[in-house]
Amino acid sequence: MKKLGTMLDNMAKTPASWLSGEGEEALVVLSTRVRLARNVAGCKFPPSADSDTKERIVSYFDSTIARSKLLLQGMYFKAADIDPMDQEFLIERHLISPTFLNGELTKSLFVDTVGRVSVMVNEEDHLRVQALSPGLDPRGSYELAAQYDSEIGRYLEYSYDQDFGYLTACPTNAGTGMRSSVLIHLPGLVLTREIEKVISYTTRSGLVVRGFYGEGSDVAGNLFQVSNQTTLGITEEEILNQITRITKEIIDKEAAARQRLMDEAADMIEDKIWRAYGILKNARVLTSEEAMNLLSALRLGHAMKIIEFLDIALINEILLLSQPAHLQKYYGKEMDPNRRDFVRAQMVREKLRSAGM
Amino acid sequence: MLCQDCKKREAQVHLTQIVNNEKTTLSLCKECAAARGFHSPLDNMPFPLAEILSNLTAGMEGLDTKSETEELICPDCGLSFEEFTRQGRFGCGKCYDTFRSRLEHIMRKIHGASLHRGKTPEPAKTESGSNKALPVKEEERLESELGKAIECEDFERAAEIRDKLKSLRNTISVDN
Repeated sequence: MKKLGTMLDNMAKTPASWLSGEGEEALVVLSTRVRLARNVAGCKFPPSADSDTKERIVSYFDSTIARSKLLLQGMYFKAADIDPMDQEFLIERHLISPTFLNGELTKSLFVDTVGRVSVMVNEEDHLRVQALSPGLDPRGSYELAAQYDSEIGRYLEYSYDQDFGYLTACPTNAGTGMRSSVLIHLPGLVLTREIEKVISYTTRSGLVVRGFYGEGSDVAGNLFQVSNQTTLGITEEEILNQITRITKEIIDKEAAARQRLMDEAADMIEDKIWRAYGILKNARVLTSEEAMNLLSALRLGHAMKIIEFLDIALINEILLLSQPAHLQKYYGKEMDPNRRDFVRAQMVREKLRSAGM
Repeated sequence: MLCQDCKKREAQVHLTQIVNNEKTTLSLCKECAAARGFHSPLDNMPFPLAEILSNLTAGMEGLDTKSETEELICPDCGLSFEEFTRQGRFGCGKCYDTFRSRLEHIMRKIHGASLHRGKTPEPAKTESGSNKALPVKEEERLESELGKAIECEDFERAAEIRDKLKSLRNTISVDN
């Protein structure tokens, strides 16, 4: 078996398949994720389980992998073998949650060969099965996650109740155990200051909106995550329809905001976008936050046909590689933050130049 | 209601203290509560769980019938209902069964419903075999539950059971 670090190094050098820029509404929606929370019947949930129980869960999953043709094709890691840099990388790649590898390490991780499916063992629930797709594709993500969920369910008996459905550590996940979320780019609504209104409308429709990157209320890159709030008393199908319908409404509002910007302040917007392009092409030092905000302007410019020669897959790739662990894996060495800012600017220039931009 | 300390921000933390049989109530904003050294274990809970559980425990003070205040303790993991409302996490699958009578209300607050209508697991290939109820059996069970709900005039629950029955009948007809 190949070493974890090597496998992840290889992964770092290939663009993420779920950020390919393909899929429906790919100019506005970067990716869609569906995760299913599952627990093994008769075992304490991870927040209250002792390490013996957690070890038992990991070994149940070990033998599930050994018996399943589908799962045997993927990669499987024990948490203790994942070093801090790999951990950061997996977080940036959306394959693990930010807190998964904190604290006690009686945990393991499955990742499919293309990096679209992952299973976290002993996160808040025994199993968190998740799948990622490019663009707006809740159904595709769900079908992929459900395929792995059913496969695992052939070997492990899930904790399930006729009334409360799949039983989870937190009551907010019970029922379907399903959280579906889309990563969406909303610079128009941010610039026209309508984002608060859209967030409160979306919340009233039973969904949750969060700024995706950045600290607290500071949203970097104008990226937001929209996800379903309720998981019980609603079918998977209804959740998929709900998130698709509301996301499309948000996309329409974003389009209207962009149109208004062009009607009222075309010069300013064009200037903002061309300046972003100029800085990305020439800067010698770029922090990840600055890169994120400039790439947001570039994405907007591309979607509004202001800079037509850009390629959305390349913008996505640069966005991913701008993050600290990806950048260090890409160049194959550890670097301090100052050095990273310098190398980030270099990577951006090279990527744009090699694509003839 | 405004925070009693700063009188500027909206009060979000309500504390009841009993000292020498004197009951005092404090309503504070998060910042002032933290300044006084009150940290809520609910801080780390996902929205809207923290709010629901804290309102729930507040509402329980008024209850005095034994069945409603009696301590429920999960026989499998030892978690009490009171601990559950403090930490917002179940200890194991059995907790759901143990706290069932009180969960219906909580689930309805969180999800607007209290009955699952989604995917059902396939019987697992375990040595012990599966105890999953057959869909037809489940239909009978739900019909009798529906009868009970109507009898108690719990129409919210009756409507939910009807929805669940409908989804179940759909899956049965697809399976056949």
